Amino acid sequence: MQIPIETYKLDNGLFVTLSEDHTAPIVAVNLWYHVGSANERAGRTGFAHLFEHMLFQGSASVGANEHFELVQRAGGTLNGSTWLDRTNYYETVPSNQLELALWLEANRMGYLLPAMTQQKLDTQRDVVQNERRWSMDNQPYGSWWERLPALCFPASHPFHHSLIGSMSDLDAASLEDIEQFFATYYTPDNAVLSIAGDFDRVDARRLVERHFGPIPRGAGKPPLPDMTLPPVLGGPLREVVPDDVVLPRLFLAFRSPVFGSDEYYAASVCGAILGLRKGSRLHRHLVREQQVAAEAQSFTYDLTKGSDLLVLDVTARPEAPAEELERAVHEEVDQLCDTGVTAEEVARAVTLIETDSIVALQAAGDRADKLSLFATYFGDPSLVNTQVARYREVTPERVNTFARARLGRDNRASLLYVPRDTESTSANQELAEVGAR
Amino acid sequence: MTGTTTPRSGPTPRPSPTEPRSYHFPEFERRTLPNGMRLVVAPVDKLPLASITAVVDAGASVERAGQDGVAALTAQLLLEGAAGLDGAALTDRFERIGTSADAHADWDAATVSLTVLAERLPDALALVRDLLRTPEFPDREVARLKDERLAELLQLRAEPGALADEHLSRAVYAPTARYATPAGGNAASVRALTRDVVRGFYAERYRPATTTLVIAGDVSVDRAADLAHALFGDWQGDVGATMAHAVDTSPITRITRVVAKADAPQSELRVGHAGLPRRHPDYFETTVMNAVLGGLFSSRINLNLREEHGYTYGAFSAFEWRRSAGPFVIQTAVKSDVTGAAVREILHEIERMRSEEISTDELTLATSYLDGVFPIRYETTSAIATALSNLVIHDLPEHFYDDYRARVRAVTTQDVLRAAQRHLHPDRLRIVVVGDPGVIATPLSEIHGASVEIVTPDGTEVAA
Repeated sequence: MQIPIETYKLDNGLFVTLSEDHTAPIVAVNLWYHVGSANERAGRTGFAHLFEHMLFQGSASVGANEHFELVQRAGGTLNGSTWLDRTNYYETVPSNQLELALWLEANRMGYLLPAMTQQKLDTQRDVVQNERRWSMDNQPYGSWWERLPALCFPASHPFHHSLIGSMSDLDAASLEDIEQFFATYYTPDNAVLSIAGDFDRVDARRLVERHFGPIPRGAGKPPLPDMTLPPVLGGPLREVVPDDVVLPRLFLAFRSPVFGSDEYYAASVCGAILGLRKGSRLHRHLVREQQVAAEAQSFTYDLTKGSDLLVLDVTARPEAPAEELERAVHEEVDQLCDTGVTAEEVARAVTLIETDSIVALQAAGDRADKLSLFATYFGDPSLVNTQVARYREVTPERVNTFARARLGRDNRASLLYVPRDTESTSANQELAEVGAR
Repeated sequence: MTGTTTPRSGPTPRPSPTEPRSYHFPEFERRTLPNGMRLVVAPVDKLPLASITAVVDAGASVERAGQDGVAALTAQLLLEGAAGLDGAALTDRFERIGTSADAHADWDAATVSLTVLAERLPDALALVRDLLRTPEFPDREVARLKDERLAELLQLRAEPGALADEHLSRAVYAPTARYATPAGGNAASVRALTRDVVRGFYAERYRPATTTLVIAGDVSVDRAADLAHALFGDWQGDVGATMAHAVDTSPITRITRVVAKADAPQSELRVGHAGLPRRHPDYFETTVMNAVLGGLFSSRINLNLREEHGYTYGAFSAFEWRRSAGPFVIQTAVKSDVTGAAVREILHEIERMRSEEISTDELTLATSYLDGVFPIRYETTSAIATALSNLVIHDLPEHFYDDYRARVRAVTTQDVLRAAQRHLHPDRLRIVVVGDPGVIATPLSEIHGASVEIVTPDGTEVAA
């Protein structure tokens, strides 16, 4: 499966990727800015994400709330998201509305500041603080989002601090911060634009030039501090978190090779052997056979600088104590390190990943997002067409080499959630009841 | 602000759309096998993929009394042993061809679905045949999946949003109504399920005449029909009795119920009442009305609660479309100290929908969104298969998807007002809040004078 790709750069540095597909009258516009929470300064945690919210509050030619309204009125879908090292904004619209999406993105890239007011900032601060309450503070296990990176990256590292931000740092954010962040990071030479779907390439180039061409390039952004990290954590790390939960849950993380490296693909396959779907080791052994876990999965953060993280996420069965769950997961990892993986296990993982990667190219919006990803991190969106081949090159030996180097006890960070004592009296009675069945 | 760099030429002017290109929902064809099993095929050859959804009329709404949750358990157990293979071996067969089957039951159907590379479609269909025709329901797996459901129910107890959903259903429907209990059953009903109950349900409900095989993807109709004949042509069996469940609602009053979560930083809020059955003639008017009220990001409720007041990260409303009248629910999570104010704003928006026509601008925002976004909803083979499954489950007109956009565009502001007056019922709203009673009980009691019930997560009333 190869998708067509054409790339070029505007004079102001904007990197553009075009990928045509005329099966339906749909087109996706997708912008990645190479800035995320890692770029935040001390005392402003959460600012990159708060700033993302402000980008939906209008610009010189667009009223407050009008961005959403114009796209929805056009019959389109849209959103944005913030990650440790990038922020993205995207619209999928009927193909005759391509110019609207380009105009909206260009208007806020070039002319955001005239629309920024203290009142809008105050309201979005409230919205984001409610987002924090909803996604973390009032959600069982919700704090893992900030506890796990904090455990795995040293305090001085740009990936250590909270992406959603602390309430007090959010309170401190000002219009001056907005102005400075915008001027530093929201410039065409710090962005990539991808267009996927039903468009004419000559028209698209003309429209991109018309709307984005006049925006001046930036003055350059300050370099991130040194991201380099030792390949292993340097000893077992462990944090136990009493929370308003009824079942224990373990996040077991390993520092792993950065996304895009050869070793990354072996690490990803290793993660899939441990935790992708019901045929994985954790599911087969802990959920189905030993029945100490109710759910098990694995994932990677896909970070491209310093270190990636491979994470096993396992929730206990009601009758299984937290320590037993933790011991069982460690044993599975030890077992894999000691005896290695089989060719059948690698084949299962790669076959599943291959189907998933083709499924993920069906929707124009997903396609455009993948193109922006490879353009932002590696300057080469055509890497999207090489991913399946890179997975197919993974051998059991390479997975075993990765496991021996990175899955040892000197590279495990254990974040263990347990029911809070004061809250769990009635829950414990029910647990006993279920366990006694 | 000053000192910012702006391009000398100034912003480019707001563009106009060009001529739209036409779009048709993928063409599909129906076939019926001699044994009564039906087949719906939509050839879509954009990518070498195929999605299968086997739809069986075996959802929770046809369970026998006292067997709440058997439909969900039966569907999940299909994957845990069939045709001489145990659950681990079945999992392995699916994953070796690069896919995983999902088997579950909701209110109106049981479904087995998957997406696979088109070249693997015959292998995948043969496995689906094994699941549907020769499941084994091993004792050990019955016990394990029951335990997993009980664990899931305990987990939900700790999730404020899920807890609020469950309590809203309990407040909307009479205790005897099936809709008052989760589709997957509650702890007591799940504990009572046995292998024999599961086998009985399977024997009555999983039959050729209750099953439709939907395939969307890179395959021709004839090829799909050949495969279906070969794999399902000799499947025999009659359908058992259908249960008719009452969907009684609680008496027509307002109820305000606080589910106590001490020190909660936020209130999970649900406001709703029983809605409409899916085949109600007012479906389109009601869909557009809901889009304006709370269905879109730019809806009245979201703009009010989020963008105007900053009370929440988001607020939405929805009619849950089932064969019988599913709930209409407004949902949001707000900072604890504005819970009363948020409820007032929601009640105000409901009243406003019922008392005056919406503006033409609001109407066209909703209708042009629903019209324009239609092709974007069906970009994937699995979304097409799901759409065709809904056609089957709700017995919708054959041209439903062809006509959808014109029907949406035909809705007027008067239609919307009429739908709001007929289908929004302020006098029977249930207000359920999972939150800190110390902070929210008094403000809630001041809203319409009615008393506020305070209950524990399991529903036991707490003395005020």
